[in-house]
Amino acid sequence: MQRYSGFSLVKHALSHHENWQRHWRNPTPKKRYDVIIVGGGGHGLATAWYLAKEFGITNVAVIEKGWLGGGNTARNTTIVRSNYLWDEAGRLYNHSLDLWKGLSQDLNYNVMFSQRGVLNLAHTLQDMRDVQRRVNANRLNGIDSEVVTPEQIKEIEPALDTSKRARYPIMGASWQQSAGVARHDAVAWGFARGADSLGVDLLQNTEVTGFKIRDGQIYGVHTNRGDIEAQTVGCVAAGNSGVLANMAGLKLPLESHPLQALVSEPLKPILNTVTMSNHVHGYASQSDKGDLVIGAGIDGYLGYGQRGSFPTVEHTLQAIVEMFPMFSRVRMNRQWGGIVDTCPDACPILSKTKVKGLYFNCGWGTGGFKATPGSGHVFAASLAKGEMHPIAAPFSIDRFHTGALIDEHGAAGVAH
Amino acid sequence: MFYIFCPYCDERREEEEFHPSGQAHLVRPTDPESVSDEAWGDYLFFRDNPRGIHHEMWVHRLGCRKFFNITRDTTTYEILETYPMGEQPTITAETARVRREQGVQTADGGWQTVGAQPENSTLNEETSS
Repeated sequence: MQRYSGFSLVKHALSHHENWQRHWRNPTPKKRYDVIIVGGGGHGLATAWYLAKEFGITNVAVIEKGWLGGGNTARNTTIVRSNYLWDEAGRLYNHSLDLWKGLSQDLNYNVMFSQRGVLNLAHTLQDMRDVQRRVNANRLNGIDSEVVTPEQIKEIEPALDTSKRARYPIMGASWQQSAGVARHDAVAWGFARGADSLGVDLLQNTEVTGFKIRDGQIYGVHTNRGDIEAQTVGCVAAGNSGVLANMAGLKLPLESHPLQALVSEPLKPILNTVTMSNHVHGYASQSDKGDLVIGAGIDGYLGYGQRGSFPTVEHTLQAIVEMFPMFSRVRMNRQWGGIVDTCPDACPILSKTKVKGLYFNCGWGTGGFKATPGSGHVFAASLAKGEMHPIAAPFSIDRFHTGALIDEHGAAGVAH
Repeated sequence: MFYIFCPYCDERREEEEFHPSGQAHLVRPTDPESVSDEAWGDYLFFRDNPRGIHHEMWVHRLGCRKFFNITRDTTTYEILETYPMGEQPTITAETARVRREQGVQTADGGWQTVGAQPENSTLNEETSS
């Protein structure tokens, strides 16, 4: 792998940047691998990379039916934060945040992680109580988080309407300084390039059509490019996890919904941070290119169409204009939808299944991007050792039968 | 944007008057005390999540405020029928497959991966190796 550096930039400038290496190979599938990852999005690629780098398992295939990072990795609003309420979720997302901090260096790839902070606004007394409770829980778990007043919010984000005249006046907010945004595509590409350089085969345009299971043990997958064998298979297929589970004769407590996002025309820098409001129901940040990146709630019905309804877009923009009246005349450039696999308790599933050797990493719902490195790391550890990593263990699928749910509907944010 | 026929109001209205309320035809266990944790968890949390034909409950919340059922394709979003509570759907994943074989093709390649088909399980059967 060609390393990127200031020196390589200068060197390639001399040949008019025409001799940069391809990011990754396009290999022919082998007959056998040690581990197969189904799904070549951020989480799947991160899993492959950590398997190869931390656990020395390089005979790995990532099977992707489309192209790498073409699903929700390409469709999210790029927010990274870890201010979750419960200990289990806080540990998982904070583990991820710790990995984000060194990710560009680890991958030798600039993922443009920018710790510009996240505000979660409170507009009612109950909102304030929830914010205070969550901030206290965060601090007990070593997550940096604080309660800020409307005056402090004005300092942090002058564009916000913090006046008393607002329809839903802002009473305060939680503020996580170490949160921020990252460049979503770069995350997928960086992990893919890193994994490929360590010998992982990235198989694009390869669709899994079934599993090979014998005596309750998985030993491979059927694909549209022939059968591929492996004793360990990890499914990281986001919205399509339910379809995969169905092929293996399993059922998951997931519902796939469209989640829409939109970006405006590029503006000069106006937003300093990420602002989210559960109550008014919208969130916005500004990309480095200048577009406002806007999102809100899921469409309530099941859908695999990667698009949603117009009323949801309308409600989203109403919320944005309520929070930032100065954006009322900004034109929206693009709108799209992704398929999110939502769980009843708004927490993911990282679990073994009743089929030996078959693991699922899914149910990230509306907030999977922030967890990309952490999810990949703990899932890779689980696949490598055959035992769930301690951080991942509470997210077993068993919790829907034991009742040990991790209810993160509040902290999961606006989309729920 | 859906344009939904309410079987009680007997007319088509815009989606914003309605609210989706999840999978239809769920039956609450008749004797909750004797239900195992397994069955209770299945009833509470596990839902069909098909790529294809789905029967779901909607409420006409800004209209007659009554619940009714819709059969809809989750890939094309085409609404195939609406029917009142207590009735059974006339279009199911099985009958839809007949429709597909008769050559009915909707936008987005909607029929190609109708999910939750029982024959998927045959993919898992042992092949000599």
